[in-house]
Amino acid sequence: MPRTIIPATVSFAPNLRPNVWDLAVLPLVLAILWVLAFGGAQMATPYNIGDPLPITLDPGELPYYLLRSFLRMAIGLAVSMVFTLVYATLAAKSKYAEKILIPVLDVLQSIPILGFLSITVTGFIALFPGNLLGVECASIFAIFTSQAWNMTFSFYASLRTVPHDLNEAADMFHLSVWQRFWQLELPFAAPGLIWNMMMSVSGGWFFVVASEAITVNSQTITLPGIGSYIAMAIAEKNLGAIGWAILAMLIGIIIYDQLFFRPLVAWADKFKFESSPGEEIPTSRLLDMLQRTRFLRVFSAVPVMLWEWSLPVFRKRADGLGKASRVALRLPWFDRVWNVFLLGIAAYAVYRVGEYVQAEVGLDEVLHVFLLGLITAVRVIVLIAVAALVWVPIGVWIGFRPRLAQTVQPIAQFMAAFPANLMFPVAVILILHFNASVEIWTSPLMILGTQWYILFNVISGAMSMPGDFRAAADNFGLKGWLRWKRLILPGIFPSFVTGAITASGGSWNASIVAEYVSWGDTTLMATGIGAYIADNTQKGDFPRIALGVAVMCCFVMLFNRQIWRRMYRLAEERLRID
Amino acid sequence: MTDTTELLIDLAEVRKCFRAPDHSDRVVLEDVNFQLKQGEIVSLLGKSGSGKSTLLRIIAGLIEANGGKVHYRGKSINGPVHGISMVFQSFALFPWLTVQQNVELGLEALAVPADERETRANEAIDMIGLGGFESAYPRELSGGMRQRVGFARALVMRPDVLLMDEPFSALDVLTAETLSADLLELWLERRIPTKGILFVSHNIEEAVAMSDRVLIFSSDPGRVKAEVPVPLAHPRDKDSPAFKAIVDHVYAIMTQRPLRPVGAEPLSLGYRLPSATPHKIEGMIETLIEPQFAGKADLPALADELQLPDDSLFHLLEAGALLGFIRVDEGDAILLPLGRRFAEAETADRKALFAEQLMSHISLASHIRHVLDERRDHRAPEGRFIQELEDFLSDDEAERVLEQVISWGRYAEIFDYDYTSGVLSLPEDEDEDEEATPPREDAAE
Repeated sequence: MPRTIIPATVSFAPNLRPNVWDLAVLPLVLAILWVLAFGGAQMATPYNIGDPLPITLDPGELPYYLLRSFLRMAIGLAVSMVFTLVYATLAAKSKYAEKILIPVLDVLQSIPILGFLSITVTGFIALFPGNLLGVECASIFAIFTSQAWNMTFSFYASLRTVPHDLNEAADMFHLSVWQRFWQLELPFAAPGLIWNMMMSVSGGWFFVVASEAITVNSQTITLPGIGSYIAMAIAEKNLGAIGWAILAMLIGIIIYDQLFFRPLVAWADKFKFESSPGEEIPTSRLLDMLQRTRFLRVFSAVPVMLWEWSLPVFRKRADGLGKASRVALRLPWFDRVWNVFLLGIAAYAVYRVGEYVQAEVGLDEVLHVFLLGLITAVRVIVLIAVAALVWVPIGVWIGFRPRLAQTVQPIAQFMAAFPANLMFPVAVILILHFNASVEIWTSPLMILGTQWYILFNVISGAMSMPGDFRAAADNFGLKGWLRWKRLILPGIFPSFVTGAITASGGSWNASIVAEYVSWGDTTLMATGIGAYIADNTQKGDFPRIALGVAVMCCFVMLFNRQIWRRMYRLAEERLRID
Repeated sequence: MTDTTELLIDLAEVRKCFRAPDHSDRVVLEDVNFQLKQGEIVSLLGKSGSGKSTLLRIIAGLIEANGGKVHYRGKSINGPVHGISMVFQSFALFPWLTVQQNVELGLEALAVPADERETRANEAIDMIGLGGFESAYPRELSGGMRQRVGFARALVMRPDVLLMDEPFSALDVLTAETLSADLLELWLERRIPTKGILFVSHNIEEAVAMSDRVLIFSSDPGRVKAEVPVPLAHPRDKDSPAFKAIVDHVYAIMTQRPLRPVGAEPLSLGYRLPSATPHKIEGMIETLIEPQFAGKADLPALADELQLPDDSLFHLLEAGALLGFIRVDEGDAILLPLGRRFAEAETADRKALFAEQLMSHISLASHIRHVLDERRDHRAPEGRFIQELEDFLSDDEAERVLEQVISWGRYAEIFDYDYTSGVLSLPEDEDEDEEATPPREDAAE
């Protein structure tokens, strides 16, 4: 698609009269603002636990439900963004903060979100007594926890890898901390951050659906939204309504992509540090249109003004001349005290948790839960292996055909965003109909939503394999298994690992809903740690929920450290093509 | 003693060391004394690792010296100073900012009002010859143009002292010459307010062509070894005898052997082995035996023939000398009898000769071989040797030196190395395992 270039001269003489692009875009912008305001106003309505929240299965209500779910997602994303900027900056700038924040983040990202939903909701309801806002917050919090950690890690990693020479240039030209953040660190981190945001939102839809119908003390609160609509449809065994919900979700994801991510990615392309030649430049119709409006040009004067105003405020007053202006803060003994302090806190926490678990559930149950964890671990491993066997050949086949890949790639990304829990009822019906084994046939549900990460990563890996490698392999007559062993598998390995890490993490989380599925009043429960957590959530047994969550957290961390990180390092060091 | 107000930069007894992992200090700069006076261009030459870039960064205020006096116009430097600006080897431009925004960066930091910023940036951009490219992003520009942005960004600050860290080494020869000529013109015509320029270079000819004085650094620890004044008027003719004589002189100083006759005493384990692949060493020796040199070559001519930058040439010469194949004397490379034997031998004999020299002169190589011989399985992890080297060298340098000795050892077939596991081992017998021996591509050369 040809990209029209905006003449650069226009900006020098700002003509405030709207042009034709304004006529097209302005109504759109105003409509979006109005809809958001309307939805927002609905969030803070009076509510007490026990009040009925009527959800109807009328498809006419679906746009409204979609809007409400939409808003939760947007707020969750905004909060995640703020959290990311603050948390990662702190961790990257202070080595004392880093020692706490990074391990905490590592644990946080391993915690199954769905498991502790019922714990957090109680707290949020207490925060806003007599108002629905508390429950809204709990749902948004669940979405936030599904998005924030990987964004934070990405930003932290970027901050730590800002090229040395750019940092030196920033020092040399006296950039203040403020200027450095906006002109060096944030732009450098932007592409990674935006990519992780997209991945987060992709995974987030799953949690939107799962977190709107919350069980507290055996009471189910259903927030108006697409997730509650589905929960209702499942309870009433209404297949037609499920169909409508799937359609609404499809439309919702497309709107999010077109109105938000497309323009964002196209705009952020300029922040790419290095661009490989021949790479497709992302484009967005909406961004092109927005950039042609006078409205945006007038509007963009505001941040420019703020920037100009901020420069003198944050400027570095003194340079390095004369008396030692360098802060010479080197206290080796403080480092040691700090380490001891942290170790002490960690030891105390472990002791208290042990005591609590011992008192509430007993050691036998702990061992039992570990066994359940092991069963789920086997499921995850087998599923990833099966998904790899299926999707790697298909992904490579598609990736070697660029035309086809360009059609398939967006579909695969879309499938990854599509909340797989919408499909669960179908699985239950099938299992019941064929009288199949619950232990085996509920397992595929765990990977239903996450397998797509493997597919689209493999496709992009195959696409980016240099053409001369394949030409050389053809030239030497490399065929069959040898071709796979020597060329294709090493070539796509790094992308495969990236996809498999996401898929594996997502599968653990999904086990909480996949090992415990219902249709009407039938509930199918497989043996596994996911089912254990879900079952105890249903019963409201907090100590056992906590135990399940903690054990699953251990497993996920073990997986990450022992398997994925090693494979990732191997991919980075040995098999990178550069 | 010169008038102190004339002194832009004044260094006395500057010392810099980096902390090694075992908490011992590695001295990078020792007792460096240097003054930059008004109206001077001074260049710093030296082998890589001699600490000249470190010295430049100390003057820039980017890193702190561990001792000694570092003064700018009579006041001590404790951080980046307003009167001093710098041009980077890698350009260090912000890729998401346009040329104009990159140039304005430092002015923004000083909170110069927007319209004044624009005027000054435009002046600097025009002066350096980039007019019309204000709205371009760095990725749209060629290397030479990017470095022009680097110059504009430094000059827009109206620096009193301009520091340049190998400003032309990332550019091709023609581009580098044009850019340095343009800079010299601005300087000679006093179109920039800059009072002194100090630059690090890896190219002897470039340094002699631009500067009023050339300082030559020795390494381990880095200190000023010699100072060569260049009393030639601009524009300088690179083919004139006077110019060539100075270049020859600098070559001679830079290749002066550190007082160590060949084979006299074993090298220390932590000796910084030069970076030179066995095939390059072969190539150099084969060139030396050609009729045009007949065993003795003037260094500038040899550099020209081998098409190597000065830095790589010095590494190559040192490697040849350490192995006892050549001798460097008064700016000439001279082939020794052993080198002649090497040049005339077949591949297998060459390797045997190389192995013999490696074992008797390079103690790191013989040390590794002995360790492998003694171990029952004849294998040892590389980490073991890196750790030993880190007693003498920085982490990166230890890895580089080990990598170097591995490349020589593999060529000489005195030991083998597996990249995946990072394990060194004795080479397997050829007849036992055909596949494991490295392909003999060099035999075809």
